[in-house]
Amino acid sequence: MTVPKRIGKIRFGLISPQEYRKMSVVKIITADTYDDDGFPIEMGLMDPRLGVIDPGLRCRTCGGRPGECPGHFGHIDLIAPVIHVGFAKLIRKVLRGICRDCSRLMLLDKEKKMFLEQINTLVDLGQPTDDVVNKVFSEARKHKVCPYCGGPQKEIKFERPLAYVEDGHKLTPSDIRDRFEKIPDDDIMVMGMNPETARPEWIILTVLPVPPVTMRPSITLESGQRSEDDLTHKLVDIIRINQRFQENREAGAPQLIIEDLWELLQYHVTTFLDNTVSGVPPARHRSGRPLKTLSQRLKGKEGRFRGSLSGKRVNFSARTVISPDPNLSINEVGVPMNVAMELTVPVIVNSRNMEHLRKFVNRGPDKHPGANYVTRVDGRRVKVTDKNCGEVGEQLEVGWKVDRQLTDGDVVLFNRQPSLHRMSIMAHRVKVMPYKTFRLNPAVCPPYNADFDGDEMNLHVPQTEEARAEAEILMRVQENILSPRFGGPIIGGIHDYVTGSFLLTHGERRISRRSLMEVLKKFDISDLPEPAGEENGVPYWTGKQMFSQVLPKGLDLTFKADFCMNCPECKGENCENDAYVVIRDGQLLKGTIDAKAVGAFKGKITDRVIKEYDPTTASRFLDEMTRLALRGIMLAGFSFGIDDEDIPKPAADQIKDVTHTATDNVQKLIEAYNAGELEPLPGRTLDETLEMRIMQTLGKARDSAGSIAGRYLGLDNSGVVMAVSGARGSMLNLSQMAACVGQQSVRGERIRRGYAGRTLPHFKRGDLGAEAHGFVESSYKGGLSPIEFFFHAIGGREGLVDTAIRTSQSGYLQRRLVNALQDLEVNYDGTVRETRGIIVQFKYGEDGVDASRRDYASPEHVHRIIQKVLKEES
Amino acid sequence: MKKFAVQDHELVPSHVILSPEEVDVVLKEYGVEARQLPKIHINDPVAKEIEAKVGDVIKIIRLSPTAKKSVFYRLVID
Ligand SMILES: [Mg+2]
Ligand SMILES: [Zn+2]
Ligand SMILES: [Zn+2]
Ligand SMILES: [Zn+2]
Repeated sequence: MTVPKRIGKIRFGLISPQEYRKMSVVKIITADTYDDDGFPIEMGLMDPRLGVIDPGLRCRTCGGRPGECPGHFGHIDLIAPVIHVGFAKLIRKVLRGICRDCSRLMLLDKEKKMFLEQINTLVDLGQPTDDVVNKVFSEARKHKVCPYCGGPQKEIKFERPLAYVEDGHKLTPSDIRDRFEKIPDDDIMVMGMNPETARPEWIILTVLPVPPVTMRPSITLESGQRSEDDLTHKLVDIIRINQRFQENREAGAPQLIIEDLWELLQYHVTTFLDNTVSGVPPARHRSGRPLKTLSQRLKGKEGRFRGSLSGKRVNFSARTVISPDPNLSINEVGVPMNVAMELTVPVIVNSRNMEHLRKFVNRGPDKHPGANYVTRVDGRRVKVTDKNCGEVGEQLEVGWKVDRQLTDGDVVLFNRQPSLHRMSIMAHRVKVMPYKTFRLNPAVCPPYNADFDGDEMNLHVPQTEEARAEAEILMRVQENILSPRFGGPIIGGIHDYVTGSFLLTHGERRISRRSLMEVLKKFDISDLPEPAGEENGVPYWTGKQMFSQVLPKGLDLTFKADFCMNCPECKGENCENDAYVVIRDGQLLKGTIDAKAVGAFKGKITDRVIKEYDPTTASRFLDEMTRLALRGIMLAGFSFGIDDEDIPKPAADQIKDVTHTATDNVQKLIEAYNAGELEPLPGRTLDETLEMRIMQTLGKARDSAGSIAGRYLGLDNSGVVMAVSGARGSMLNLSQMAACVGQQSVRGERIRRGYAGRTLPHFKRGDLGAEAHGFVESSYKGGLSPIEFFFHAIGGREGLVDTAIRTSQSGYLQRRLVNALQDLEVNYDGTVRETRGIIVQFKYGEDGVDASRRDYASPEHVHRIIQKVLKEES
Repeated sequence: MKKFAVQDHELVPSHVILSPEEVDVVLKEYGVEARQLPKIHINDPVAKEIEAKVGDVIKIIRLSPTAKKSVFYRLVID
């Protein structure tokens, strides 16, 4: 066994030309790659000493075969030095900081000493030295005369992308290199560099390393033609220009031509390193496609770091659009037939499952549930086809492995990005279904944060018994009903589930035997409850009785519904609004079931059931509750249309009155302000006071318009039903639709931007009135005037920008947190340790308590336990 | 003038140097070597005040709103 080694330190630096030559196995002098027989040309770009990629050949450096040989660097001697683009900024800083004659850093000795001390302290502390180093350069640049040789300094202008112009003359890379070479070691240290590992002149390249062929393999097309890697193409360019440069210089070509060639060499080396430098036209392939050179291989989403190292692709996975299916259990996922026939589960043949597996193999790959591959004991893999399936089935032996297709009941992992918390990946049981989407119960949308407007999700099939067991025990949906985020149920009713329960249980809804049967027919109920009463000799049941059918026996619970109006004095069980929920021994006696009872994030009943019973009971409750709620909403009938936003004429008139009075009042406030009669609020200027009073007046107007509309919109309005039950929307949304949209704001203030002294050119300058600063008096239903519409767009845009910024910021924060915490784990002894076994916490969270089981950390559960014990004793 | 003591502040939890025997018990309980314990620098104000030496293990008892008392051990380093 190899002993794991610990990295002592990593040092970053520059490579010197000597080192480049030392690590090189061959000097590349010709741009040709392969000869006519297809063998690599010596001292060419595919020199066999650079490593091997062709099967059958051996590396001339290490003797390794393809796959064994890591590849070896070569080098090109550049005829003239060129600048390394990555250091363009550093070169500028150094050039400006050193004397153009004696190359000394233009700082006084005592300044150098001080800066060096600061840098050394920071290095000792492991802190970045950038700030001090930048200060060094900016201080040095201030000297117009060298403090050492007294030489006058000249302004150096930097011209993008890579030109340094001094006094109208362009500095050649040779000039720059000459200056850098003369910088004394002591000065280099003050610049934050270590002269041993990073001399400034090394950023001006004189030798170019040639990467091994293993990192730029050529591929042979079907036509037998070779296609070279982008890096090889670029290296060919560099060598060609280098040769031409040399020929021209030896032939004594005019300076102009030499300069042109130098530029060209610089261009090719630059694009070899980075093909997206601004101001440098990207080098292109013959087809017009920009070449992917060194920096492009590393950078970005598909680069080496994010694409190849942090990101992994896996087999046995599928991805498609999701859609809802309320008939599925929350623990299930509907998998399209096409997917089920492609994904497989490996099963080892034994004497007991042989016949069972033989049936799978015999069906072949095209008849579900079949098998796609079998692996013999000797490890040979055979693809099961329509033709050989019968034959392979007969050959089946103990010890073989059958890759059988996914069938109902298999455990799979289901995931939706962005996977921000652990409930973003949960284990579901497969249910193979027709059509092409993954199906899930809408009650599990909240943990995934999924909706069905085109969302796609991923599915993974665990391939080992351990993985399946782990998935089933730890990751099943029912094991994740309680969120560790707030200790409550994150899974529960949404939208119509809440509306349905509300409609079914609110008040004394009477249900005939026929309707009762229709609603309950899908349930496993053998005994009907006693009818609640008789009407004209016909027995009826109540919605509350029906809801009780899905409640577990023995459940006791009392709470106020979401829909509770917070009456000044709560009448408890005798609540007039039926908002006080009383459940005794699994019977809903009083109250209405709404979002507070069964909704996702709130669900008091779900919460109680899972904490007092078990996850299985809770998942059965959720399955039955959702099914009942949908039957309930279908029984009642439910729709929302544009005319649900209509309010009667008297109400509309009243609202108009209110808004007009408000605008008038604003006008009066402005007049009072102009007349100097306005009293400033404590701690506010007069202007601020006016602004606050106006906002207040208009805010009140919107609220009272809303309450007028609310008075005319009762529980017969489906919008109101959704709002009060907590299913969707709020009374504010409704009053904006029906009564008045209200003040539009940017950063919490009335809209003020636009033209000088006014928001739009046709308002008077300094007009402070309601309509000039974005008060929308109309309702959405009534329609906005063009000006109102414009202000509304301004206000709406702020929201969009906010969300965009928030998501990107929280995404970055998440990445940093994950990177910092990913190696910590809670051990069986309750300690939190990192990979080296170093203890971070002696007890997880100081108290060793699982956040999802602490019951909101409230003493409420203690009271419940006492209550329960006392009741059992009496 | 009364000497200032960090330990007197109510937000500074109690720090106690463990005897070698006690250290052995702790290390055994958690199945770790001393270097796997969290560290405290010799120049830490409290470490200085209780005159801890490099290699000592300090027991820290913090007040926790959920666990009442939460015990930590830290190895003194330089
Ligand atoms: Mg969506
Ligand atoms: Zn090799
Ligand atoms: Zn000088
Ligand atoms: Zn009430």
